[in-house]
Amino acid sequence: MTLRQNAILEVDALERRFDVSAPWLNRLIERKPRKTLRAVDGVDFVIQRGQTLALVGESGCGKSTIAKLVTGLHAPSGGNIRFHGDRDRLQMIFQDPFASLNPRWRVARIIAEPLRTLKPGTPEAQVSARVDELLGIVGLAPADGLKFPHEFSGGQRQRISIARALAGEPEFLVCDEPTSALDVSVQAQVLNLMKRLQKEMGLTYLFISHDLSVVRHMADVIAVMYLGRIVEIQPTADLFANPLHPYTQLLLDTIPDLEAPRRDRSPMGGEVPSPVSPPSGCSFHPRCPLAFDRCRTERPQRRPQIHNRRVACFAAEEGTADVQ
Amino acid sequence: MSEVVLDVQNLRVEFPTRKGVLTAVDDISLQIRRGEILGVVGESGAGKSMTGMSILGLLEPPGRIAAGTIHLSGDRIDNLDDRAMQAVRGRRIGAIFQDPLTSLNPLFRVGDQLVETIRLHTDLDKTAARVRAKELMREVGIPAVEERIDSYPHQFSGGMRQRIVIALALCAEPELIVADEPTTALDVSIQAQITALLKRLCRERGTAVMLVTHDMGVIAETADRVAVMYAGRLAEIGAVDDVVRRPQHPYTNGLMGSIPSLSNDVEELQMIPGSMPRLNAIPQGCAFNPRCAHAGPRCRAEVPKIAREETTGAACWLAQTGTVDQGEAA
Ligand SMILES: Nc1ncnc2c1ncn2[C@@H]1O[C@H](COP(=O)(O)OP(=O)(O)OP(=O)(O)O)[C@@H](O)[C@H]1O
Ligand SMILES: Nc1ncnc2c1ncn2[C@@H]1O[C@H](COP(=O)(O)OP(=O)(O)OP(=O)(O)O)[C@@H](O)[C@H]1O
Ligand code: SF4
Ligand code: SF4
Ligand SMILES: [Mg+2]
Ligand SMILES: [Mg+2]
Repeated sequence: MTLRQNAILEVDALERRFDVSAPWLNRLIERKPRKTLRAVDGVDFVIQRGQTLALVGESGCGKSTIAKLVTGLHAPSGGNIRFHGDRDRLQMIFQDPFASLNPRWRVARIIAEPLRTLKPGTPEAQVSARVDELLGIVGLAPADGLKFPHEFSGGQRQRISIARALAGEPEFLVCDEPTSALDVSVQAQVLNLMKRLQKEMGLTYLFISHDLSVVRHMADVIAVMYLGRIVEIQPTADLFANPLHPYTQLLLDTIPDLEAPRRDRSPMGGEVPSPVSPPSGCSFHPRCPLAFDRCRTERPQRRPQIHNRRVACFAAEEGTADVQ
Repeated sequence: MSEVVLDVQNLRVEFPTRKGVLTAVDDISLQIRRGEILGVVGESGAGKSMTGMSILGLLEPPGRIAAGTIHLSGDRIDNLDDRAMQAVRGRRIGAIFQDPLTSLNPLFRVGDQLVETIRLHTDLDKTAARVRAKELMREVGIPAVEERIDSYPHQFSGGMRQRIVIALALCAEPELIVADEPTTALDVSIQAQITALLKRLCRERGTAVMLVTHDMGVIAETADRVAVMYAGRLAEIGAVDDVVRRPQHPYTNGLMGSIPSLSNDVEELQMIPGSMPRLNAIPQGCAFNPRCAHAGPRCRAEVPKIAREETTGAACWLAQTGTVDQGEAA
């Protein structure tokens, strides 16, 4: 059942809980109850074919857990994920390009692996021609295929990861902080490459980052997460021009801006609460300058029917959300 | 003109290895004045931490200062023995690192660690030191100090731990703080709290701060001056507005262009081709020349330098002389 035209991925009321209880014996002795952590707590989004949807938010808000749910590395505790594409052509790029590359394999073998899985029995000559081609696409030379991962810089390793992902002829790529471990000048090389490949091959990206400037550069639609929930989702330009949720407003107001530096910036107060015992009602209320009584008791609705322009906030619903 | 707190002159740090001597920091000179924040930026491996560690006297052998001098408010500190340097480090220079746990002892309550450090550097008795510890905790923004003072480090969040480390660094009222990526491991909202704190302390106490980070946005909003490092050398140094808005060195210029913007739309980010050389393969002449669009004969032959006494400048032949043709050396 395709609900939306041209949607490649539809995520509805997605939940993932983790049991973080103390070991059974400790619980018995110390009379502690079971503890559940809601890493992803009712998330809805839709990604259109050929577009980039970005998930942003601070550490622990559930971004990587969503990536793992979408790629099938975790099973959902609730809700569902519908992928209207070829599961075999869904690939993932991780934050740490070194940990995700087998250090004992030569680069050519690393890149060839998904190809051999996808099309077993491909003649060797064809495999190696394709590997050379992929190395070329990501800006490396065929001779680089003979080297080992440790012989490359961080940015080059991330390009090897991309070449490997491309070898699986993906239509959908889940990218979890693909440039967070890289220097900005290297990051620029990888982001430009990813954009170029998207245009040339019509790829769809679920792009995860905590860096709003990176996300602004890459995404068509941005979903801002807080404590396991999407608090706001909007097309990129609109989110930056007119952020609706108080958390997004404060976040945009907090990040240092190179072009328009503000040396008197007043930082957002408080910290992200523990997802094991999230605040009642709207989980942002302890840090929200606009919080009123209703926020402490009632949780803003998910309203999944509006898929890429929505905010979960009572003040915003009433048109009074403006932190400035 | 206010007084110079830190004066680094022609610093050179080497690592002898079996395959030869590697130069991790090559002829760096910089100064920080009272109440000033100097940002130090550059990509991974550029030598930022090695510069900071040299100042702190914490270079791990076989790394060593091979040339140059370091003065703290007029006193030479690079040639002190371990014991004397340890006293300087506690009393006159505070250190803040990326991982707050490296500066905290997990087995002791944070209050006890603060009290001990305060007593080490002042004549306060235990009771007075505890009062002072609470003051410091309040000053760095720990809420509910009375309840938190007897907690252990693991009971704090990353941001709160980093505040405790800052409080520890402040115990002795140091003249200089060396902060190496103090906010890199923290979330943006917490990062902003910590940089605001550093700025306020620097302003109120007149502390000089060396802030090492790879985040240009943080530098633009926090530092007064900035030093850009490349392959162990100083590429450019100057007032933060000048370096960010009107970079003189092609590397700084490329670095600025490669950062995605929060306000302008560009289809493609500016790229610096290639990558920073490894220490054992630093090119002749200007270390940036294989990646530089303007490189000429002089760049491949002679190392451009910023004169030691300059507080502003770019180590680039083009910026300095308007030409990359062979100079008088040819
Ligand atoms: N396997 C697990 N067991 C228990 N808790 C988990 C597990 N995986 C994730 N969590 C918790 O779920 C929450 C969400 O984690 P997740 O890794 O998705 O966050 P994130 O947004 O990717 O953060 P970061 O920006 O730090 O990568 C966190 O509180 C985390 O500690
Ligand atoms: N023990 C060592 N032996 C040899 N070389 C070393 C040693 N320790 C560091 N280096 C080298 O010294 C150079 C400078 O390292 P430094 O840690 O100062 O970089 P940095 O600018 O702080 O980078 P980062 O942003 O990654 O922290 C690097 O090329 C590094 O590989
Ligand atoms: S619902 Fe209330 S507490 Fe939550 S963000 Fe909106 S105004 Fe703030
Ligand atoms: S000295 Fe030459 S190679 Fe080096 S940055 Fe200047 S122009 Fe480029
Ligand atoms: Mg993550
Ligand atoms: Mg470092």
